[in-house]
Amino acid sequence: MFGFLIRRTFTLLLTVLGAVVLLFLIIRLIPGDPAIAMLGNRATPGLIASIREQMLLDEPVYIQLWSFLTGVLQGDLGRDVLNDRPVGTMVMEVLPHTIVLALSSIGLASLVGIPLGAYAAAHRNSFLDRITGFLSVSFITIPNFVAGLLLLLVFSVQLRWLPVSGGGESGDLLSQLRHLILPVTALALSWVGYIARIVRSSVLEEMTKDHVRTAHSKGLSSRKVLFKHVLRGALIPTIAVIGVGFGNLLGGAVLIEIIFNRPGLGYLVLNAIESRNYPIVQGGLIVAVALYGVANLLADLSYGLVDPRIRDGE
Amino acid sequence: MSSPATVTEKDSAKRQSTPLSRVLSDPSGIVGGLFVLLILLLAIFAPWITPYGPEEIDVLNRLAGPSAEHWLGTDQLGRDTFTRLVYGARIALLVALPSVLAGALIGLVLGMIAGYFRGPVENALLALFDIIRSFPALLLAIAIIALTGPSLTMIVIIMAVTRFPSYGRLIRAQTLKVREEEYVTASRALGNNPAAIMRKHLMPNVIAPLFIQAAMDIPVVITFEAGLSFLGLGVAPPTPSWGSILQDGYAYVRATPWLVTFGSAFLVVATLGFTFLAESLRDAFDVRLKNTDAN
Repeated sequence: MFGFLIRRTFTLLLTVLGAVVLLFLIIRLIPGDPAIAMLGNRATPGLIASIREQMLLDEPVYIQLWSFLTGVLQGDLGRDVLNDRPVGTMVMEVLPHTIVLALSSIGLASLVGIPLGAYAAAHRNSFLDRITGFLSVSFITIPNFVAGLLLLLVFSVQLRWLPVSGGGESGDLLSQLRHLILPVTALALSWVGYIARIVRSSVLEEMTKDHVRTAHSKGLSSRKVLFKHVLRGALIPTIAVIGVGFGNLLGGAVLIEIIFNRPGLGYLVLNAIESRNYPIVQGGLIVAVALYGVANLLADLSYGLVDPRIRDGE
Repeated sequence: MSSPATVTEKDSAKRQSTPLSRVLSDPSGIVGGLFVLLILLLAIFAPWITPYGPEEIDVLNRLAGPSAEHWLGTDQLGRDTFTRLVYGARIALLVALPSVLAGALIGLVLGMIAGYFRGPVENALLALFDIIRSFPALLLAIAIIALTGPSLTMIVIIMAVTRFPSYGRLIRAQTLKVREEEYVTASRALGNNPAAIMRKHLMPNVIAPLFIQAAMDIPVVITFEAGLSFLGLGVAPPTPSWGSILQDGYAYVRATPWLVTFGSAFLVVATLGFTFLAESLRDAFDVRLKNTDAN
């Protein structure tokens, strides 16, 4: 288990390092002076010189990279030179919104997807199983931003049942929940499909196992066998899918954040890109890559904990 | 009641049926095939299907609803929505096909190298696949394109780079199965070089699942391009892309529901079509992508 943990953590660190180097190089190597691009119309020789100094742009690229990397290792994501604020603070301000959105979405998807998949497997080849299969594929295929646009059109613009945009009044839980309904539904849809599919196929596989046959032959009711013996084994791959889903949603909710005008990591990064605010782009993306990696790592670990063959590297 | 004899007959009938006939007898295969055919026909025959040009402006008819003149209404500049959506199919395929082809080719070569040589080469390539798969592709693409400027070529490059690891893993797993076959060992014993062995003996025997995976990837790339164009980071206006049409629809969602509705419909028909067809093909050829990918 220890070796497995080390190996996966090492891959995660390499991934984050790769992302840091890649972003760093792209920002430095694109044609033109990043300081002028950032300042736009406000560019004066004095301001340009000041930004170049703060971002170490006059130093060779490897020194800039080294300085940034040592900063990241100490938890310093750099400084937004335009607003003179630490990037880390700005990211931490919006991160809870993204985490709440991702957790609620994957939670809703699990609540709907697991029973749907289990039901489909228990009634294999029935009409409802076929409908579930068709819906699962459709949900997976429909892009989440298209689902978001259609939900917005129907429930906010036409019916006016739910708010169009924003994250809700701060401190007003009910308002925040109302603002969550549409984005969460849009993001959850495809994961309902993924989860229902994986649960269905895992339940079917588990049903052929010896211990399930034994449970049946002991005279346990089908319902008891399903809940006590089959679902437990079938949940192992489901956990991994949920973990991957959570990681994906942390970095992939950007379009939904834009459509519903919600504060969040994706929204912050996209706005920073539009205003050419490179330190925020860099810091925000590194946090997104790291979170995505950590969610995947946790999923792998939980997978390894319940299935010894995986942690032993078989 | 089915006797053992009928079951055997059924089984042998199933064995004798060709993959194509199996796709044609599967409802989702038929629906998927028809949707894909529709999108292909729209893309190829766009200028003959609609009398308008995709950038043609009708100032008197802005944000109009569906009518005999403009079947699916018009956008904020008075451009015909149906025409733009039909031409949008071209852009979708123009991005999807080269991206998937390039990704599949890179994955094929690297996957065979990993599976054939094994050892440190395999470990290094697997680590590379894992690292690329760990990037949140959309955010990274947004950053790269925003910094380098929007272009179709850049989207194709980013998609090829982010998609090749899944092909690489698939082909590596297939190669591991084939590399111990006698004809491969024999070829090695005859002193053939690895490149020749891979080209002559491995490739023909590992390539089949690649096509299915590629078909499954097409909707992923189409969605990705639409998402980037929706953010204004895909094709440059006024070129019609389904994503940029949806962006217009979003901006004018209170004035007209038609742009979002019809834009979504075209995108969904394309993604559903390719997915249903690919799934049906996978079942027909009995390719177990998931298992090989996890190996």
